[in-house]
Amino acid sequence: MGTIADRVATPGAGRIRSRLAAREARLGYLLLLPTVAVLVVFLAWPFLFGLWLSLTSAELQDPGRFIGLANYKFEFTVDRPFLQAFTNTFLYTGVTTVFKLGLGMVMALLLNQVFPLQRFVRAALLLPWIIPTVLSTLAWKWMFDPTFSVVNWLGVHLHLITYPGPNWFGNTGSALVALMIVNVWRGMPFYGISFLAGLQTIPTDLYEAARVDGASRWQQFIYITVPKLRPVLLVVLLLSTILTFADFQVPFILTNGAPFNSTHVLATWAYQWGVPGGAIGLGAAVSVVLFPLLAVLVAGTLLLLRRPE
Amino acid sequence: MAVVARRRNGAPLMDRALGRWIRIYIPLLIFLLVTLFPFYWMIVTSFKSPSELFDFNQSPLFVRQPTLYHWQQLLLHTNFGRWTLNTTIVAIVSTAVSLFCSVLAGYSLARLRYRGSNAIGWSIFITYLVPPTLLFLPLTFVIRELHLFNNLLALILTYPTFLIPFCTWLLIGYFKSIPRELEESAMVDGATRIQAMIRVVIPLALPGILSAGMFAFTLSWNEFLYSLIFMNDSVAKTIPVGVPTELVHGDDFFWGQLMAGALLGSLPVALLYSFFVDHFVSGMTAGAVKG
Repeated sequence: MGTIADRVATPGAGRIRSRLAAREARLGYLLLLPTVAVLVVFLAWPFLFGLWLSLTSAELQDPGRFIGLANYKFEFTVDRPFLQAFTNTFLYTGVTTVFKLGLGMVMALLLNQVFPLQRFVRAALLLPWIIPTVLSTLAWKWMFDPTFSVVNWLGVHLHLITYPGPNWFGNTGSALVALMIVNVWRGMPFYGISFLAGLQTIPTDLYEAARVDGASRWQQFIYITVPKLRPVLLVVLLLSTILTFADFQVPFILTNGAPFNSTHVLATWAYQWGVPGGAIGLGAAVSVVLFPLLAVLVAGTLLLLRRPE
Repeated sequence: MAVVARRRNGAPLMDRALGRWIRIYIPLLIFLLVTLFPFYWMIVTSFKSPSELFDFNQSPLFVRQPTLYHWQQLLLHTNFGRWTLNTTIVAIVSTAVSLFCSVLAGYSLARLRYRGSNAIGWSIFITYLVPPTLLFLPLTFVIRELHLFNNLLALILTYPTFLIPFCTWLLIGYFKSIPRELEESAMVDGATRIQAMIRVVIPLALPGILSAGMFAFTLSWNEFLYSLIFMNDSVAKTIPVGVPTELVHGDDFFWGQLMAGALLGSLPVALLYSFFVDHFVSGMTAGAVKG
């Protein structure tokens, strides 16, 4: 076993070093093997197979045949709920991201203060993000019930809305708002806690120096907090945007398209065609539409991330 | 303006306390109320009698005559116990598999120098960004080929696709934060690289491995889409799928049972996090900042 000292000192070091490097490389690839195997079989291959499926007339029991871009053509020219789902996906992602970002920042700044029961408050505010989304969305579905909505009951009794309040899932607009409320409620803690983690790494003497120089709270926030949080901010934005873009659970449980297939997003519409509808090719085409959009997002963020500070 | 002026000459104590209430406590209370209300509503709903559930003439916020009716129904007359068992098995096994793979991969990518390691690292990061929504339809074919419908293995094999990239990425950060010298001195003392990895690096990375394990467990506990598609038999379902599909008959939602199921199904992860919340925040720092 060549030690470090050998490697540096002896004249034949070059050969030993290259032998060690070869051994290191072998071990490196070996350790990657399980991960690569799982990812190739259950991720890369299905992904490519999905691209192929989207060009076929496949159904569950039938691999179908190649039909070119016919599925896509059908989606973009004939399938109205698809077009609606397409716009909904952007609207859903855009609006909720703005709110999650803003509210998450407020939450982080609040949590970064000193106050009693800090541990309890942190754990409590984190809850919506960690418990199964499907289960909390069910609670919201019941809270927005057409006849027994506790949200409306509270609104009426606090004199915020007039009786009987909106029929949440009765029309497209309010159903979309309901979807967004649940998504923001669920996603905000992730922003809040990540930002909090980021805030805690900022040295406090920066703020002290700024205060000595007479900077206001707002100036401190803009010139110290935001630039220092930039890496965390980008990662959180990237992950959350991707997850929201591809979100299935909240729309599926809360409205599943109601009313009249007008509140679908791409994920639920792909499911609708592929699973209950049995048209796997068509469903695959719908979900593949997500891909270029996600790819642009990912590429953009990676570029931003690699830019030196 | 007046407030600013007064603060400069040293604001009176009462004003400072009032300021703290307005700036910190009241906003925090609002956050807490909005965050926790749905959970309160789950609890209240699960203890109401079927007739009280739909009686909004009195305040629906409180239970007048608490009953265990829905809890009994859920625990004795549905497969909820079975779903809990399934979810637990799947979450534990897929977490273990993912941790095994990603500790090895993370170490390899963080520590060993060889050609292509950088590219592989980035492509694993990118696979983390391929959501299940893109994969579930082709995966139905794969699972059918393997004859794994209604078999927990279908989930145990597919969950690592989103767990491994995430855990690997988190662990790379941890491994990098451990000084190389520790490992090298173990090797100078005659340990092989693998021994150094097992005896020196992995024990030091234990907090990171714990974080990754917690995340992985939670993600698999909460997973919905694959489970919805691969598990159709009532006895094969996991909690997130069993509750919304089996406790609803047509348009008839059994809200009492649904909310009891939602509470029970949330309990394990909620407990896990209440014990580890501080650890979790610091784990997030490592993952988010270094990622």
